[in-house]
Amino acid sequence: MTSKTHKNPGQIALFLFIALFLLSFLIIPVVKVFYVAFIDVNSGSLTLINFKDFFNTSLFIESFNNSFYVATMSVLLATLISLPLAYFTTRFEFKGAIIIQSLGFVPLIMPPFVGAVAMQLLFGSNGSINLLMDEYFGFTIPFMEGLNGVIFVQSLHYFPFILINLSASLNNIDRSMEESAQNLGSSGMRLFRRIVFPLAMPGYVAGASLVFIKVFDDLGTPLLLNVNNMLAPQAYLRISSIGIDDPMGYVIAVILVIFSLFAMWIASLALKGKDYSTVQKGGGGLAKRKMRPFERIVAYFIVILILLTVLSPHFGLTLLSFGTIWSYSVLPDGFTPDHYVEIFAETPEFMMNTLLYASLAATIDIILGTSIAYLVLRTKIRFRYWLDYAAMAALAVPGLVLGIGYLRTFLGASIPFGDAPLATWWVMLVIALSIRRLPYALRACTSALQQVSRSLEEAAENLGANKAKTIQRIVLPLMSGGLLAGFVTSFATAAVELSATIMLVSTESDAPLAYGIYVFMQSAAGRGPGAALGMVAVLIVGLGTYFSHRIIEKGRRERSIENNNQK
Amino acid sequence: MSLQKIQSVGIELKNIDLSYDDTQVIKNVSLKINKGEFFAFLGPSGCGKSTLLRLIAGFEHCQRGEVFLGGEEVSRLPPWKRNVGMVFQNYALWPHMTIWKNVAFGLEERKLPHHEIDQRVNDALELVGLQDYAQRRPNQLSGGQQQRVALARTIVIEPRVLLLDEPLSNLDAKLRVHMRQELLDLQRKLGLTTIFVTHDQEEANTTSDRIAVLQDGIVQQVGSPMELYDKPENLFVAKFLGSANVLNGNITTEDNETIFKDEKGLKISLHNCDIEGSKSIIFRPQNISICDQASNSADLNGLVQKREFLGNLVRYEIQVNQQSILVDEIYGRGKQPAEEGAQVGLSMDTDHVIIM
Repeated sequence: MTSKTHKNPGQIALFLFIALFLLSFLIIPVVKVFYVAFIDVNSGSLTLINFKDFFNTSLFIESFNNSFYVATMSVLLATLISLPLAYFTTRFEFKGAIIIQSLGFVPLIMPPFVGAVAMQLLFGSNGSINLLMDEYFGFTIPFMEGLNGVIFVQSLHYFPFILINLSASLNNIDRSMEESAQNLGSSGMRLFRRIVFPLAMPGYVAGASLVFIKVFDDLGTPLLLNVNNMLAPQAYLRISSIGIDDPMGYVIAVILVIFSLFAMWIASLALKGKDYSTVQKGGGGLAKRKMRPFERIVAYFIVILILLTVLSPHFGLTLLSFGTIWSYSVLPDGFTPDHYVEIFAETPEFMMNTLLYASLAATIDIILGTSIAYLVLRTKIRFRYWLDYAAMAALAVPGLVLGIGYLRTFLGASIPFGDAPLATWWVMLVIALSIRRLPYALRACTSALQQVSRSLEEAAENLGANKAKTIQRIVLPLMSGGLLAGFVTSFATAAVELSATIMLVSTESDAPLAYGIYVFMQSAAGRGPGAALGMVAVLIVGLGTYFSHRIIEKGRRERSIENNNQK
Repeated sequence: MSLQKIQSVGIELKNIDLSYDDTQVIKNVSLKINKGEFFAFLGPSGCGKSTLLRLIAGFEHCQRGEVFLGGEEVSRLPPWKRNVGMVFQNYALWPHMTIWKNVAFGLEERKLPHHEIDQRVNDALELVGLQDYAQRRPNQLSGGQQQRVALARTIVIEPRVLLLDEPLSNLDAKLRVHMRQELLDLQRKLGLTTIFVTHDQEEANTTSDRIAVLQDGIVQQVGSPMELYDKPENLFVAKFLGSANVLNGNITTEDNETIFKDEKGLKISLHNCDIEGSKSIIFRPQNISICDQASNSADLNGLVQKREFLGNLVRYEIQVNQQSILVDEIYGRGKQPAEEGAQVGLSMDTDHVIIM
């Protein structure tokens, strides 16, 4: 049966362009990485020998175990931090809830590798806390020894993913769920175990699997803490020291991707068919009760303890960025603005590059995201869903893997109209950043478009506006809030991406902030300026997060006014 | 005013088939709507009435058949080239534009000179009585006002036909009655061919010149409201337009008297009937009335099962030979209604019995 639809050549051209872009900069590089991992270096035939070598090398086995251990322990520690916080906010009328809510995003505005060095100065074996404890109690705690340090830094940074998901699913449980269980005779722990816990479980698993992937894939934090016997640092070291032909880096990349996919699969299983959001109109979340005085003291104690710990990287970084010399002492010897002067006077290119790269990457993301969302939601082009799938697949590709893929795919190619290598051209870094952030931008654009009712477009077409005109005059203006929020988020997170950056940057003059921080933090003398750069990064991400929240909130308020008036 | 010069046209649908994937939602529909007519698509939700309307506007595409607007075949024209005005169920006013901008949109797309746009937008807003609201945003208006803006935005482009997709369903009951009168007045004033989609038979009856009753993607019957009510062609139409008692059975002639018998032994004698055989009879609740059991006019006897007071009417459900029959009695003050559980006689106005 043929339908009398109007084939729109513009839409098909757009579809092909995006497909080509994703193919060139996401699919082919990743396929290339997989391909090299399964190829015998000498004979060029397909083989499993590289994987055999990998599992026969004790260093790699150790690295694999360490990565798995660190990711698992980080999830556990992040859970331990999140559980009491989620419990306090959802079950009690507790004034500290506001603190807890801000805890939800404060750690996220600092990339973990930025705070890692500061954490070492605070919690390391000769750090402030241990010096104080040794003096007053006569013992120290190895917070930052080896893998502990990675676990500690990562869980402090990533626990909000669990907290946010867990609180959201707890808040989405309608009071009637609990009340009907009570009505049928259930109470206390039994009620929690049989009703509340199962309803909140999907949210928890989603958050936990996200933390697992992020930690498992992370390159910057272990590198900066000088923990090299983990998978991501091993891949980086093999490629950067032995060379682009060494297959071990690719084998590790394949393992990282497979684990990411596995964790995403677990999360999707947990969420599948379990839209447990049960809040009815007008109904609130679970019943809350007032805390008894003793409970309140305990709760505040726990919240403040966690708050102090969570803020310690920020606190430490601030001290470091203003400190003169900070070694074997509780606090720096003195304070100075010199480090800030230094970074703005001597290495302003880090910041300029970051602004340029991140805004370009975010622009690409919004254009791609809007186009894909439009093609998927508003056209009938066959295979249009594949664009969405392909773009979302970038979620499973760690920055490190994408970086290796670019190096290998564009190996030997030169930049247009020049003879510098293409793979390490700054434009490729921008593209890599945009691919990395595309899944988030795409979801933002899709939800912005979903909020534009179909009939608003049809009304415009009915009054004589063609597709292009309708998009220009109706769709884009109505999406603008969501797009802006998506842009800001992409910008802020692209600005501090390290793992793809570290692979693709060849000269310091082309390097962005994240790379600068990494380079500075390598030497004791560079820590001050590195921390100052870190503060700039925190500022960018912080402001970005703040504005995108503001924009989203504003949009939400306007929509709710509209809905009320239309009723 | 320029708006009175609208050149309206008739609409013709020929053998329309339309499917979504494997579900056929419109089945061989052919309809002819005259120039200047107020026409309704009436049917329950999911009957295909909105799809048919959207097909005329160009938002749906049929696998077979043709759509003619004033003799021009438009099936392949995109929506923006059809010049048919459509008012959407949720009004679809653009929240980022003022009322004035909303109304001017279609004219701007037609690239009219500024002074003419100004003039026509003002005229259209005046026509719907909203000239003072031009600079407001849609969300600052009430439902009825939004409805008027949607209407002004549509008629300002002087469409060839006007399509209304359940335009009153988002209004409260009182406003609905008011707005449908306003719609009708406006339509008459402009002489605009109008299709009105609704699931509410009262709305269709009060406004439309003719109605097409749809069910399962098939046109069941086309006719004026009274024709449909008095001469329904099938049970669906009979039941959808007002309440109806339907009895299945046999009509036979005994001793010069035509008798209807249903399978449970209920007997009704019919006049002026020369049909025989296995038939259904249909009669409206108001064509049967309650009388004394012993009275001569009692054609049937039954037991009052239920009584509902509807204000102007009292509706009874009466059990006659295991059949439930609805009876409407006009209610007047001081009139003593029959009690539930009472045995009553029923007298039938056999002139109004429809045999099918």
